[in-house]
Amino acid sequence: MKWGVVRFPGSLDDADAIHALREVLGQDAAMLWHKDEALGGAECIVLPGGFSYGDYLRCGAIARFSPIMQSVARFAAEGGLVIGICNGFQILCEAHLLPGALMRNRSLAFVCDVVTVRVENAATPFTRAARTGEILRLPIKHGEGCYVAPQEELRAMEERGQVLLRYVDEAGVASDAANPNGSMRSIAGVANQGFNVFGLMPHPEHAVEKALGGEDGRRIFASIIAGGARAASRVSG
Amino acid sequence: MSAAPIALAGEPRVDLAEARAHGLSTEEFAAIERILGRTPTFTELGVFSVMWSEHCSYKSSRKHLRMLPMSGPNVVGGPGENAGAIDVGDGWVAVFKIESHNHPSYVEPYQGAATGVGGILRDIFTMGARPIASMNSLKFGSFDHPRTRFLVGGVVGGVGGYGNCVGVPTVAGEVMFDAGYNGNILVNAFALGLARREDLQSARARGAGNPVLYVGSATGRDGIHGASLLASAEFDAESESKRPTVQVGDPFTEKLLIEACLEAMKTGAIVAIQDMGAAGLTSSSSEMAGRGGLGIELDLDRVPLREADLTPYEILLSESQERMLIVAERGREAELQAVFAKWDLHAAVIGHVTGDGRWRALYRGRVVADLPVGAISDDAPVYDRPACVPAASDALAAAAESAAQADAPAPAAALRALLGSPNVASKRWVYRQYDSIVQSNTIAGPGSDAAVLRIKDSRRGLALKVDSNPRACAIDPYIGAVATVCEAARNVACAGARPAGISNCLNYGNPERPEIMWQFIRGVEGLRDAAIALGTPVISGNVSFYNETEGRAIAPTPVIAMVGTFADVRLHLKQYFKIAGDAVMIVRSAAPSYAASEYAALFGAPPRPLAPIDLGRERRLVDGLVECAERRLIRSAHDVSEGGLAVALAEACFNPAGIMGVEVDAGDSGHDGEVLFGEGASTVVISAPLENIEVIHQIFDPLEVRRIGRVTTAARLTIGAAINEDLAALKQIYEMALPGRLNRP
Repeated sequence: MKWGVVRFPGSLDDADAIHALREVLGQDAAMLWHKDEALGGAECIVLPGGFSYGDYLRCGAIARFSPIMQSVARFAAEGGLVIGICNGFQILCEAHLLPGALMRNRSLAFVCDVVTVRVENAATPFTRAARTGEILRLPIKHGEGCYVAPQEELRAMEERGQVLLRYVDEAGVASDAANPNGSMRSIAGVANQGFNVFGLMPHPEHAVEKALGGEDGRRIFASIIAGGARAASRVSG
Repeated sequence: MSAAPIALAGEPRVDLAEARAHGLSTEEFAAIERILGRTPTFTELGVFSVMWSEHCSYKSSRKHLRMLPMSGPNVVGGPGENAGAIDVGDGWVAVFKIESHNHPSYVEPYQGAATGVGGILRDIFTMGARPIASMNSLKFGSFDHPRTRFLVGGVVGGVGGYGNCVGVPTVAGEVMFDAGYNGNILVNAFALGLARREDLQSARARGAGNPVLYVGSATGRDGIHGASLLASAEFDAESESKRPTVQVGDPFTEKLLIEACLEAMKTGAIVAIQDMGAAGLTSSSSEMAGRGGLGIELDLDRVPLREADLTPYEILLSESQERMLIVAERGREAELQAVFAKWDLHAAVIGHVTGDGRWRALYRGRVVADLPVGAISDDAPVYDRPACVPAASDALAAAAESAAQADAPAPAAALRALLGSPNVASKRWVYRQYDSIVQSNTIAGPGSDAAVLRIKDSRRGLALKVDSNPRACAIDPYIGAVATVCEAARNVACAGARPAGISNCLNYGNPERPEIMWQFIRGVEGLRDAAIALGTPVISGNVSFYNETEGRAIAPTPVIAMVGTFADVRLHLKQYFKIAGDAVMIVRSAAPSYAASEYAALFGAPPRPLAPIDLGRERRLVDGLVECAERRLIRSAHDVSEGGLAVALAEACFNPAGIMGVEVDAGDSGHDGEVLFGEGASTVVISAPLENIEVIHQIFDPLEVRRIGRVTTAARLTIGAAINEDLAALKQIYEMALPGRLNRP
């Protein structure tokens, strides 16, 4: 499958995403430059973690205006798959490709840790390789990961199944103690209404190798790859 | 251009009083007038004051640093470059260095710590190496001190704020709290980069006529005299007013600078490159010219400025961050400028290399400084300052005082108190604020004896650790320094890596006091002897003097960063017990003692001197650990440090995959508190399958190797009849100690 990883000035996990996709998962992944508009025929776009443009305004607020993001928005409108990880999630919210916003962590401090998240809806292109209710161990590292949205919107999102990942404890129960950043309803990852755009604060690209602490991030990539293969077989068939 | 530079309108008159206000001594000002044959201009005086400052010139330490072993079969790169490098195999070299940012961090903790991280990263990528890991050593005052919480929050926030945003993982560190640092905290920042051997860059100017490029952030007024006035003087009541001498960091620009510089280096158009650190444009330009035996001419009107009205004095002395100076091949400027334009960074040609050996600065068409390059870069004074043994060690006297209140607690109570002491307890509150995984190389991160990193596309790997032992150094600055090096080596070896090289940061008081100078010299001698014995060359380092407040010096604090190498990183070890039924063994090269221990700090203990360290036995211990790891004979290894054996046993049980237990037979010494809580014995706790016990004994011969118990699944720590504790409860104490003291109410 063909992937495009966008490199903004200040992107940090861009090389990690490329490494995970190419070296670990054997995918065809190219780096895309923020000043370009071409997406290089990618079937899935990754907006990686980092501090795009320094995040000196609001996280992701400047990145959404970059030339590449205009192409990404068009690509998403046409149903193309887009996954935003950490800063990428923030950019997608700023670009209104996803609902809600990400605020400073409740603790007011940056947090780097491994968390457990529960898959809330496995019937999406980003989670189909997992089971609904499955618990994944994934690393987080962010200062502004507190997900917020208007109550009414949250209720509608829950009903439509747009909440894909929720912070839970080891037993699978959401609680204040298991919520690392104060996100409303312990939300760790959401999709848009078309289920082709997905943003999450945990880093699946940092959880694909056992030697580095875990492989649960493969679930997310395997889901996307499985969908890509299905689409390809539809085209060829 | 042979006419002497003329004073600018409005500049202060240069005389002895002005020179002294700049931190220069009467003798130094006389030497400057003698070298020049005239009185320097105000701009030139500023240049001399920073270049001849202790911070830049190492004038008090240089003579003694020459005794350190700086070469070895694995050392790469000639002397005089920014940082040393060691060969780590498969064509890779590791470039690393540790540096202090103590005074700025006390005055303005967030920016002081942040720019400490930024500065050390530039020292690494200027060599052509991509920074892949950071570490730090932090020393704060006691929690009773009103400023401590503020300083901890600011420094940790600054380290994380910069490191997290620049994409370099913070993988290890140490944090200590002691009243001796109440008025002078220590913030030592370390960075390590990897480069292909053939890609290492030079900081030696070549080729008269080659253009000089200024890249990175524009120059502002921040940080002027950071090196001379802030870093090279004691603290006093006035220090607060020096806040403007602290620089402000911009990690986003640093990230762009890293990528742009590494990309620009690939063009082959760079002749030499150096970061603008202390003394900024002045030091980078004069040092590159000095190394090449050439001159340099700078046109200050072409320097990118934040404010148009900066004076030449300010432009030359600014310590604005995220700036680099490049000597390019003539005719290839545009190639380099295209790379920096891609990353939206300034890249201005601001001068050229000359053949006349002069360091010359032009401003608005006039020469404002014209000095022999050597006078500022090489001919700074070198002092052989007097040294003498202090009358009585303060630490011993203090220990004697605290001994009076000694009332030995029960072993279990002592263990709980030690695990809850900020110096022993988990530092998770700190390192949870650092990104430790970016770049996808971190196999073992913070909380381990040593961090373990893989090298992609290779089986090789690195282990990193930073250590210090100021309490031991306070009792005996020589033995303390030896112990520090040995501990750092042991930590790296506990991970299974072979110690390969050292960078050091030597934090001491005012070198103009003979007893401080004596501490310093003894410390360097200890570092030398241990480094030679362990075969670990000292490839880089930094000296931080004047760590005093109101005449009270810190304890001597040589901080040792040790880098070890793995031939096969898959064979790395962690500190945690893994398999129930495994034998628990200790290997030690000496006898444990309450001297300089955390136990003594908490409960008091009779004062005693430090036992001398047998370096041959230390080497045996380190080599044995590496052999055990490489032959897969042991399943875990953990160094016994603060809190002694009982604490180390508890820590080995705190396996993140599930708490293990340990049963220790009381044996002949199980009830002896000093065996349980003493330190300084160079002891390692290992776990191993029973069938390997015999060969492990042979490997460590003639050291003391003893099977003391076995690993269990019971999650209890049992030591004879003395201790029988629930490890989950102990872990709670261990984890909650720092949050309990540092979290907002």
